[in-house]
Parts: sequence; structure tokens; C-alpha cells
Amino acid sequence: MEIGFDYTRSLGPTLGAFLTGLAGRRILGSRASDGRVHVPPLEYDPHTHEPTTDLVEVAGEGSVVSWSWTASPADGQPLATPFAWALIRLDGADTPMLHAVDAPHDQMRTGMRVRARFADSPAGSIRDIVCFIPTQDPARDPGVRQANHVPAAPQDVVCRADPGISMTTTPIHLRYEHYASPEESRYLRALAQGRIIGQRCPSCRKVYVPPRGACPTCGVPTGDDVPVADTGTITTFCIVNVPFPGQRTKPPYVHAAVLLDGADIPFQHLILGCPAGEVRMGQRVRAVWRPREQWGPTPQNISHFEPTGEPDADFHSYASHL
Amino acid sequence: MKDVAVVALAQSPPVRRGTGTTSGVDMLVPLLTATLEQTGLSRQDIGFWCSGSSDYLAGRAFSFVNAVDALGAYPPINESHVEMDGAWALYEAWVKIQTGEVDTALVYGFGKSSAGDLNRILALQLDPYLVAPLWPDARGIAALQARLGIEAGLWTEKDMAQIAGGTTDDPYVAEPLREHDCAPFADGAAVVVLASAGRAEQICDRPAWITGIEHRVEPQSFDRLDIPWLAGLAQDVDIVELHAPYTHQEIILRRSLRLADDVIVNPGGGVLIGHAMFAAGLARVGEAARHIIEGRARRTLAHATSGPALQQNLICVLAEKK
Amino acid sequence: MRQQAAVVGVGQTHHASKRVDVSMAGLCREAIDRAMADASAAWADIDAVVVGKAPDLFEGVMMPELYLAEALGAAGKPLLRVHTAGSVGGATGIVAASLVEAGVHDTVLAVAWEKQSESNAMWALSINPPFHMPLGAGAGGYFSPHIRAYIRRSQAPVHIGAMVAAKDRRNGALNPFAHLRQPDITVESVQASAMLWDPVRYDETCPSSDGACAVVISSAGQVKGRRAAWVKATAMRTEPTMFAGKDHVNPRAGADAAEVLWRKAGITRPADEIDVAEIYVPFSWYEPMWLENLGFAAPGQGWRLTESGATAIGGSLPVNPSGGVLCSNPIGASGLLRFGEAAMQVMGRAGEHQVAWARTALGHAYGGGSQYFSMWIVSSESQ
Repeated sequence: MEIGFDYTRSLGPTLGAFLTGLAGRRILGSRASDGRVHVPPLEYDPHTHEPTTDLVEVAGEGSVVSWSWTASPADGQPLATPFAWALIRLDGADTPMLHAVDAPHDQMRTGMRVRARFADSPAGSIRDIVCFIPTQDPARDPGVRQANHVPAAPQDVVCRADPGISMTTTPIHLRYEHYASPEESRYLRALAQGRIIGQRCPSCRKVYVPPRGACPTCGVPTGDDVPVADTGTITTFCIVNVPFPGQRTKPPYVHAAVLLDGADIPFQHLILGCPAGEVRMGQRVRAVWRPREQWGPTPQNISHFEPTGEPDADFHSYASHL
Repeated sequence: MKDVAVVALAQSPPVRRGTGTTSGVDMLVPLLTATLEQTGLSRQDIGFWCSGSSDYLAGRAFSFVNAVDALGAYPPINESHVEMDGAWALYEAWVKIQTGEVDTALVYGFGKSSAGDLNRILALQLDPYLVAPLWPDARGIAALQARLGIEAGLWTEKDMAQIAGGTTDDPYVAEPLREHDCAPFADGAAVVVLASAGRAEQICDRPAWITGIEHRVEPQSFDRLDIPWLAGLAQDVDIVELHAPYTHQEIILRRSLRLADDVIVNPGGGVLIGHAMFAAGLARVGEAARHIIEGRARRTLAHATSGPALQQNLICVLAEKK
Repeated sequence: MRQQAAVVGVGQTHHASKRVDVSMAGLCREAIDRAMADASAAWADIDAVVVGKAPDLFEGVMMPELYLAEALGAAGKPLLRVHTAGSVGGATGIVAASLVEAGVHDTVLAVAWEKQSESNAMWALSINPPFHMPLGAGAGGYFSPHIRAYIRRSQAPVHIGAMVAAKDRRNGALNPFAHLRQPDITVESVQASAMLWDPVRYDETCPSSDGACAVVISSAGQVKGRRAAWVKATAMRTEPTMFAGKDHVNPRAGADAAEVLWRKAGITRPADEIDVAEIYVPFSWYEPMWLENLGFAAPGQGWRLTESGATAIGGSLPVNPSGGVLCSNPIGASGLLRFGEAAMQVMGRAGEHQVAWARTALGHAYGGGSQYFSMWIVSSESQ
């Protein structure tokens, strides 16, 4: 199952200024109260906790402080060919930033000099730095372990102008594999045959449909499969009028709790086949199954429930299920 | 402070790719049954329930809600949940007992790591504006910390291999990390029962008394090589259970704790035999308690971690005497 | 020995549908900075931080308090992240208070927040796992059938929901931080608004908000003459989302939690002894339903309390003088807003929505399928 959304993130003044700088191929850091320059900038001073006010420009090149090798890049990572994750301390910064270095494996070395490669068309995100690449100047690459860091030389302080970029969009799409439990599997297989089965708790004897891993009041695994009718009583319902992202049925539709005959807990489903305004608590309904050839192991074999036309159930017969 | 002890524990063996459900119910029911049997307590006797888990492992919002089915939470229970490893749920439960409101608590942690690609999903724990959009995988990040320590002369790749019982002949998976350096993600759950003095002795012959419990979070960074506040906490300890998802992190923890050479570390293999995220830290506490309950040790220490590069850590010291 | 805990500062953001002027850190800090100023607290005073937030899927960040640790002032300190669905803000306040009551810390900062405009709340709430019927119609779709059942059971007249909505939205107009501030709303205009999930109308429904709330809680020894809201009692109860025979209208977990709460606080007649109640009403009909569930009114009679005007600011039991969840609903924060507003009332800090002579107040939150309940009672008096 895939869960995805394009998250829209507002940046606030500091991060907005940073991404505005990136779009202009400038890299900004924050100067903390102790004089250290943090890249990327911190929104709040680590000692005084005051909001950052001083942003300074640092160089677009620096040294690799550490690196690791990604032989098989994954979806969404900065490069599609093997690359190194690296902590890079840009000249003028006191802290390293994380990014990717595009260089052959045998060139990767702590201490190597790299510079930012900017995107041709900035989009207002960290990916406006596409990656870092080795600088062309071997004389500036000492090839030795990181020495004690020398504090950054004073930089011109950049006054914080209103940032041009205030939002950034980050798509996040993840795949998950869900397994049905054994009870759920039996329930789904029965649905594939046009039957509804519930499960009885060995302790309280209540019949649950759909099945649960354990009886929620007793905490014991539910045991016997029990056939449950595909007719029942509407206990309560609402008429959904509102559209929303991810909705599967077009409003207006009735979302009801149906107490199937033989079950001890209502089952959530759709009511169609009569005007929404005529649906009532206590109304008797029956399942309308999709054509047999469309059946699979899913509750969606039942398209909806529709009124049977029988007299409504007495309130007291379902009052305890509200 | 009141004296509180671990009086029972259970864990599911970590399974790399289980066919269980993401709700956790199937993993939890047998553990709850086992610990209640161990203690002779009924569900109604438990004063407070507290759990730790993550929606991002389950792939849905409010995922911890389904686990409540395993508890038989009716009549209603005194219950809470943290979006953290179960070790922090144990901390919340310990605090609850300290207030005097309850004298017993049952803590659980669970997660189905195999439902999604956790190596990828963990990128979402990072700065959402400037780091996560690069989709840095968990191993690639951990490897940066590993290299820093190697190049600072704090450990070698051979030291790392030794912890895992591997060799440096094996290929890299995220240089300088090899497969054996990375704890494989697993599905699993853990349960621990706490009781205060007076109750504990009635429930367990050799309660494992919590003589100290503390936790702290550091600023998020990838270059942490030492955790200063851990120094001195492992004094006079026989066995230590460390939650180290990477071999170099075990080295960092040993050094930070200033472990004596004769201390036994992770006799059961720690999380290198299977990292059931969100249960693993709690399982360390359970294991450390088990050594005392089973008479193998006088004093033990359990460690749990959260976030990238050992960002957040919890230490629990247990002893055979109050 | 249980220590006494007291709220010494409360802060919140200006709640809005999209706080595009701030980052997540900025949103939290707006509330935190106000709470610290209200408490005259320094960062060095804070011993621990407790964060509450609802599903991480809303913001698309896994455990955001980790990357936020430094911005929240938690670096080098103990940090907890509570998540108990919609009641989380309440649970956050209770966990923070417990740390002080347990004698573990002297001063704890609690902050609960949600920046749900980063995605879409209805989308996140309607994600259905496979093998289930794709019916999710958001929170409204879940709670409306239970409101229908209440109306049927209690025979309440249909305008009650609109009365609550009009009252709360006009209260919101007195609250400078509220998202929805509608001084001119009337029962008639509510009844004329679109029907969303019959029987619940647009104006009877909470908004989706970005926002945060923070409170500073300290031990008795650290109060040091500051105006405080003393925590007299707390209670949390949970029941399963759905089980055979569950009463969705008057859930036992809520009733049990309230019973424990009154007993711990020594309250025998809640309607008389509570001066003001901030209760979690995301859909207007939940006011009469919760009045019954909490024991302020007998079963089936809650709507009469509402209809009589008792729950308005000048009434005998003002409910949600802040405008409540119907005016502002940053899901992770809403529970702490109830707890925080209750504290503000007894501290005399509620400005234009202050209830006169408020000495004892209730803060209440619920979440999930009417299954997680957290509540506290605060008082202006320590004894």
C-alpha cells in the first residue's frame, strides 16, 4: 500500500533566507552568540535560545569531514549513480553540512576539497544544490586527516532581508506491505465465496465481524468462526456531503453502522438504493453483492447495503449497540 | 524516590520478515499472557499501562490504537502511549509509580519493521527542510559517524567486526560499514512489568530493583563520538545490555560509559541478532532485569537509544537489592 | 509523598488554518516563549521537556521533537514525546505534572503542537489499510453517527448543536489567539450552514488549525509567589475503539476518568463546585454529550444545561469560554489548550474571556474513537 503526499512546508525567516540564498547560488550560515558559524543555519541560538538574527555568507566550497559510500542509490536520493554521503565543512563555517559528493569511489578521501554544484533552475529546496563535486585544484587538497579546526575568519554580516522564498514542497511517498492475520484471511476468503463470517470470543461469547486479533474486552484470541447473515439493522449513520482528498465514493452517501444478524457489533458500510434522507436508525437492510465474477478476498465484494422493506427494528433491539 | 522493580518480562524473538499484522496484536497477546502468568496478576490488577511504538513503522496514523485490542481494556484502563521506544514508556510508567497513583505498571513496545523500508523511512527523522529531502538512508548516515571514529583513531574496522563476530574480508554495504556492522531490522515486541516495593516482593522472588533511571537528548548531529553524561553510570555493574544498532555505536557506548574490561556486554547478542525497533530498548531493560531475576548478576545496566547517531539515550541501572 | 505541581505560565500561538509565516520550530517557540514569559522562567530553570503531538503523518516528519530538540531548549535534557491521539495535549500536561508530582523534576516545560497544514488532516485521518472498506470520511464521518444516536436517545431538540456553535464562536471572538472568531454568528446562521455529515453542519464543526500550546509546571517550592494554577487531580482512562456493547454516546472510559477525578479532588457536586470547564468539543453536540459523560448533568439531560444558557460565560457553568476546539483545532495541541485555558482562568489571565471569580477549573480532552480521556482540575488555591 502506498502512502504519499506532497508536503507543503513554510520555512520561517531563517530557513527562508537560506533557501533564497541557495536560489541565488549563495550559501548562508548563522553566527551564534559564541561566534561559531553554523551551516545550515540554526533557527535559534544554541546557548541563548534567541532567534537567529545574524546570517553570514560562507564559501561554496570546503572540505569533506567524513564520507560513506552509496553503491546502489535509492529513489529520491541526490544522484542515480553511486555517490558518497558526506559531511562537508564549507570555508567560513564551523559545522559540517550533509550532502552528496559526486566523485569516483577511489577519489573519495576525508579532507578532500569539494564545491557545490547548483541546479540550473532553482526550485526553492535543498536540492538547489544538486551535489558537491571535487574542486579542480589539487594543491588545495592536503589529503591529511582533519586538523584542529581554525575558527572562521570574520565575514561580512548579511542583513536579513525579507526572504524571497517562504515555502518548499517535499513529496513523501512510502510503500508498506500489510499482512492479514489468520482470522482476517479466513474472513476475506469467505467473502470471496460470498459469505460473511465473524469470530466468537471464547470468554465473553460475543461475535465480532470483521475479526480482530483478540477480543477487545477480554484480550484473548477470538476462536470459532461463526456465519453471519448479510442482512441486518442500521443502528446509526450519517450522510456524508463533504468531498475530501482520498475519498472513494462521490457524496452524498450514507455511511452507516449495520448490525448484521448474528453479530454483536455493528459493521461499517455504505447505504445506497434509497434517497439518503429516507435512511433511518433501525432500518432493515441487506447486502448488495457485486457480480460474482468480480469477487475477490475483500469486503468490497459487497457494493453497499439497501433497505429490505421490512418494518424497522424496535429501538431497544439495537439501543445497546449505540 | 520509591523503590520500583522489574518483576516480569517477555519478548518475542526478533523475526526479520514476519507475516504478522502491523497492529501488533498478534505479537503482543502471547507476551501479555506470559507476563501476567509470571506475575500471577490479572489484567485488572495492573495499575497503569504504557506503550511505545511508531506510526511510521505501521504505515498509518494512530497505529497504536489497534494494539489496545490485545489488552482487554474493558473496564477502562489507566493507559498512555509515547511515540518512542518502549524504554521511554517504561520511564513514564516508573514516574507514574513514583507519584503514588499506582503500584504496578505493564509496559510494552512493538513494531513491525518489515512492513516498510525502514532504512529509507528513517530519513524522516531528520531535518524536514534541509536534510530529509535528500533521502539519506539510515546506514549511510551511521557510516559517517563510523568513519569519523576510525579516522580519529578511536576504533578500527577490525574492532567493529569483532563485536559482530564478522571479518574485514566481507564486502561493504555502506562503506565503511559492512553487513555485520548493521543490526538487521526485525519485527518484535517486548513487555516489562513494574511494581513498587511492597508489591514487588509478593510478585517476584528476586525483583530487579531500578536503582537509577535517566535519559537525555542531544542536538541532532551525525558526528557524535562521545556521550559525556554516561560517564560513571556503569560503576560496579556485572552485565550491560546496550541498544547499539551499529557496531561502532557499541564502541561509542562502551567508551562513554567507561566500561571496565571485565563487564559482560550483550551476552544475548544485543540487537545485532535482530533490531525490533520500538521494542528493542525496552527489551534491553527486560534482559538486564532477567540477569538479576535469574540470579546471574548483582547489578546490571540497560541502555536504549532513539534518533540518528545515538542522539537520545536512556540508562536504567538494576540491582538485586534496593 | 506526592509533591504538589502548579502551572506557573501558559502560552499559545495565534491559531490559523495555515501558519505560513513560521517553520515548525517557529510555531512551537511562539507558544513556548509566551509561556516562559508568562512564568517569568529562564531557560536554565527548565529541567525537562514533554512534547505532545498527534500523528507524525500530519507533518511528514518522524518524531519531529528529535530534530527540534535544540530549538525547544531540550538539548542536554530529558525529552519525552507523548502521543495518545486527540487527547495527546491533555496527556502531555498530565505527564509533565507527574514528573513534578513524582519529585523527579522541579520545573517542566510541556508543549503540544500541530502544523497540519503541511498536509491535509482529512487525508491523514482517512488512510485505510488494505482489507478494509474504504469508508473513511474523516473525523466528522466517524462522530456524526454517534451524535445522531445521542439526539435519538435524549430526545434533544435539534437546535442544541447550533446553540453550542454560536456560543463557542462568539467566545472565540473574545480570545485573541482563536482561529475562528465570529462575533456575529447566530443560532440561525449556524442552522443555515451546509450540512456536512448529517446531522452535523459546517458551522458546528471544528476547523483544521496550525497551532501550539505550552505550559510551565513547577513544584510548590519553585512557585515562589507567582500566580499559579495548582493541579488538584489528574485522570486518564482508555477503552478499545470498538467492542460489542460499547456506548459510543456516553463512553465508560470518560465516565470512569471523571469519577476518579472528582474523587481525587474531593468534589461531590461537579456542577456546583467547578467554576469553569474547558472541554474538548470538536463537533458542537459533544458539549451536551460530555456534560453528561462528565457528571455535570444526568444522562439525557445535558442538553438542558446548554439550552438554559448555563454554559455561556455569565452562566452557572461556563463551558469553553476560550471558544474551545470549535474555534481552534491544532489536533496535537487542542488538549493542552483546554488544560492551559483552565489554568489561565484560575490564574486570572484569561483577559476578555475571563470568567469572574474562577477558582476551580476543569480541563478535558479526548481522542481516538471516543476512547482516550485525559482530564485535570486546577485551582487558584494550593490547599
